[in-house]
Amino acid sequence: MNTLREIGQLAEHYDIAIVGAGPAGLSAAASAAELGLSVLLADENPAPGGQIYRAITTTPVADKCVLGEDYWKGGALVTRLERTAAAYAPGCTVWSVAPDETGGFELGLSLGGQARLVSAGQIILATGAQERPFPIPGWTLPGVMTAGAAQIALKSSGLVPSGRTVIAGCGPLLYLLAGQLAAAGANIVAVLDTTPRRNWLFALASLPDFLLSPYLAKGLKLMLQARRKLPFRTGVTALAAEGTDKVTSISVTHGGRTETIACDALLLHQGVIPGINLSNAAGCAQHFDAVQHCWTPTVDDWFASSIPGIAIAGDGAGIGGAESAALRGEIAALDAACRLGRISEAQRNAKAAPTQAELARSLRGRRFLDLLYRPAETFLAPPVDETIVCRCEEVTAGQIRDTASRLGVTGPNQMKAFLRCGMGPCQGRLCGPTVVELIAQAHKVSPAEVGYYRLRPPVKPITLGELAALPPTEAAVKAVVR
Amino acid sequence: MTAQKSISEADIVVVGGGVVGGAIALGLARSGARVTILDEGDVAFRASRGNFALVWVQSKGLGMPEYAMWSRRSAEQWHQLSGVLSEEAGIDVAHSQPGGFMLCLSEAELEQRRQVMQRLHNQMSLADFPYEILDHGETKRRLPDIGPDVVGSVYSPLDGHVNSLKLFRALRDATQRRGVDYRPNCTVDTITPRDGGFLLRGAFGEIAAGKVVLAAGLGNARLAPMVGLDAPVKPSKGQIIVTEKTAPFLHNPMVTVRQTDEGGVMIGDSQEDRDFDTVVRQPILSVMAERAVRMFPRLAGLNVVRTWSALRVMSPDGFPIYDQSLSHPGAFLVTCHSGVTLAANHVLTLAPAILSGGLPDTLDAFSARRFHVPAHA
Amino acid sequence: MFRPMHELKAADALGFTLDGRAMTARAGDTVAAALLANGVEACRQTPVSGAPRGPYCMMGICFECLVVIDGVGNRQGCLIPLQQGMRIETQAGRRQPDAVRA
Repeated sequence: MNTLREIGQLAEHYDIAIVGAGPAGLSAAASAAELGLSVLLADENPAPGGQIYRAITTTPVADKCVLGEDYWKGGALVTRLERTAAAYAPGCTVWSVAPDETGGFELGLSLGGQARLVSAGQIILATGAQERPFPIPGWTLPGVMTAGAAQIALKSSGLVPSGRTVIAGCGPLLYLLAGQLAAAGANIVAVLDTTPRRNWLFALASLPDFLLSPYLAKGLKLMLQARRKLPFRTGVTALAAEGTDKVTSISVTHGGRTETIACDALLLHQGVIPGINLSNAAGCAQHFDAVQHCWTPTVDDWFASSIPGIAIAGDGAGIGGAESAALRGEIAALDAACRLGRISEAQRNAKAAPTQAELARSLRGRRFLDLLYRPAETFLAPPVDETIVCRCEEVTAGQIRDTASRLGVTGPNQMKAFLRCGMGPCQGRLCGPTVVELIAQAHKVSPAEVGYYRLRPPVKPITLGELAALPPTEAAVKAVVR
Repeated sequence: MTAQKSISEADIVVVGGGVVGGAIALGLARSGARVTILDEGDVAFRASRGNFALVWVQSKGLGMPEYAMWSRRSAEQWHQLSGVLSEEAGIDVAHSQPGGFMLCLSEAELEQRRQVMQRLHNQMSLADFPYEILDHGETKRRLPDIGPDVVGSVYSPLDGHVNSLKLFRALRDATQRRGVDYRPNCTVDTITPRDGGFLLRGAFGEIAAGKVVLAAGLGNARLAPMVGLDAPVKPSKGQIIVTEKTAPFLHNPMVTVRQTDEGGVMIGDSQEDRDFDTVVRQPILSVMAERAVRMFPRLAGLNVVRTWSALRVMSPDGFPIYDQSLSHPGAFLVTCHSGVTLAANHVLTLAPAILSGGLPDTLDAFSARRFHVPAHA
Repeated sequence: MFRPMHELKAADALGFTLDGRAMTARAGDTVAAALLANGVEACRQTPVSGAPRGPYCMMGICFECLVVIDGVGNRQGCLIPLQQGMRIETQAGRRQPDAVRA
């Protein structure tokens, strides 16, 4: 592996460029490099691992029990990549992916404050997942973070919440984090479980499959451990973070009763959804996945998107977890090599077959989890008007509801024009799903009918100076200087 | 989303719910008409969501002095419109008219602008349009942040800007409060003249109206012939960059750089004929960014938060088209690429005229008939 | 609001300042993690209402951990590794455009 620290060290062209160094990106890069392809693996984080294997090579948390055995599996992915000739660029932001004139692609990259355009024959987006927005009153107060954020602080810096800590929401990661933080010595004063009880009804049909899955043992163990050791409250139907300059307490309603719990940190989580900003801006088709309840890029069995030459591997193309992400990266890399003519279709199929079988096994039981931990509508479309939905532009649920119903706005793009939601630096990542949900509710239609933001490059900020320093074309000059 | 099939009537149907359609609908409703707006959905070619938000007069109207007069008149009425919107919708659209600059980055550019301004003012009736050609020193005195590459500028005190998204929302909000029936996701398939009125049909159902105003932007090209009108408009692609919010430092708008009331700096405006392609392209963005940074070097460190492209609605000569159908009176056509600048005219002058049955004489020159007769000597 | 699990070894410590206050954190921390480790909760005020905000996602997507680093505003603290001697400041609302470069 060749680690690139400066933008000038990048080559002009790579056979394949992979965005994101989580499990999918790491295994895609290793697999492609092992096939003899020239590979660029670009990642905006300072070290490989993505979120799940965050800081796998650098974590100061030496006690292996704290992060759990699954975390340490990530090391093998990095070791495998290290043995190859792939180029790995940490701290490198990919802000644009666009088709070029030659049938390949042009990537806009930024590293160390300098932008550069690099071409690649094939692209694999392995940009992973983000936590689903969890808009409750007061969620913008300092001291309120995502559960994933606390996990990142733990993995990469060995930091543990120091005061009274409340964890709220639903989903497997919530229990995992509760267990990890407890093991690291955090003072968890409450775990507030928002899993709607009726979800069991929908999930039950998928239970037989789940019982055969690798999730079972792991999931049950996590949940039981957490429940046994930690102060759990289930059936939570309303949450509000309280405080003026920082969170000082949380108001929680469960079983028709509301209580206030004093806290210094509130960690929120209600599942993860694909991070779609780059694929959306690149023009890849996406659809609303009704089971996972989120917008998802549309891919085929080889994880190829609607744009030939762009594949989307890992959780960025639908949530499947770390193990499946690595397998999906592997399969996508084989297909990319095939598209580049380095291996035949028959070779691709033969090489991929065992990985595909393993993938099917790893995804078993996923549907049960998706249905069981689907967030309650009240946490997807906040009922309290004052709840901030767009954190960047400070747009509230009430404004969005009023604009949808009174001004007849039926989609998020018009909403954005009227209220500025999604126009801030996060580019809709933290408000998009909620805006769609609120519009859907106002017009009594499904989120699928409402649509999603149309995103444009740069998907991550670059400076005007960086943009200005990129080479112009004659046609472009003509279009601007008139 | 599909609207339920329905059959209904209105005094006037405005086809198109953008800034142009919204302005006309507001003017009509203020004059007492029962108005319905038929609009497309969330994903549509919407110049109203993508424009640069100038209220601009300088350099407009070369080849058609009436357009210069019409633009100036609207700029002058904009204060009144701003008041109307504030009163009716409770929204301050951040209109200001501090005078605008066109900055030139080479002697050739400046010379070309000088000639354009000269030719413009040689046209009859425009002699009193105020403007100044400024050298680097004088430009720097008025805009201290300019870079050394700015050789000079054209300044006009008539120019200003507005928050066009707030304008868009204020128009929608004010029309809603005035009882205008706004119907999204109602693409009009056909318009049939009937019994001295019109029947508009689409997947939404049908609606009968005494009058119809076509304000559908690029969609006018398809709709106009159905009522004996002509709208030979084509898309002209423009791209825009906007930066993160920054403390106010640019008081005046430039034709290609302006700071919004919210703090973001907008940088435009490219022009390309690419049919209906709206993909944002990096080389154009880079040229725009490079010129903006040369104009104002302190912009270099600002982060770009968004870029977008939109399609201008361009007639063959670039000027607006205002028409009433000769064969089917009561059918009106409004199309322009300066819906923001002209919004004041559309609300305060054009709409009342449409309601009273005819366009004002000042708009004779804007008929699409100009594309069918040999030009005057 | 956060504390390190392990005591900071002098060899691993980097010194920096927040709004002029001297702080130390572990080499390898991002700027946002370094602030959390020092008990900092709010690192900016929003450009819209001036409300205080602190790190929220720690993975580069929420833009809540924006700070001024060595004079450059609106930098994402969670993506930037801490360096010895960094001058970090609270991002107070809208960013100031850079001074004119000669």
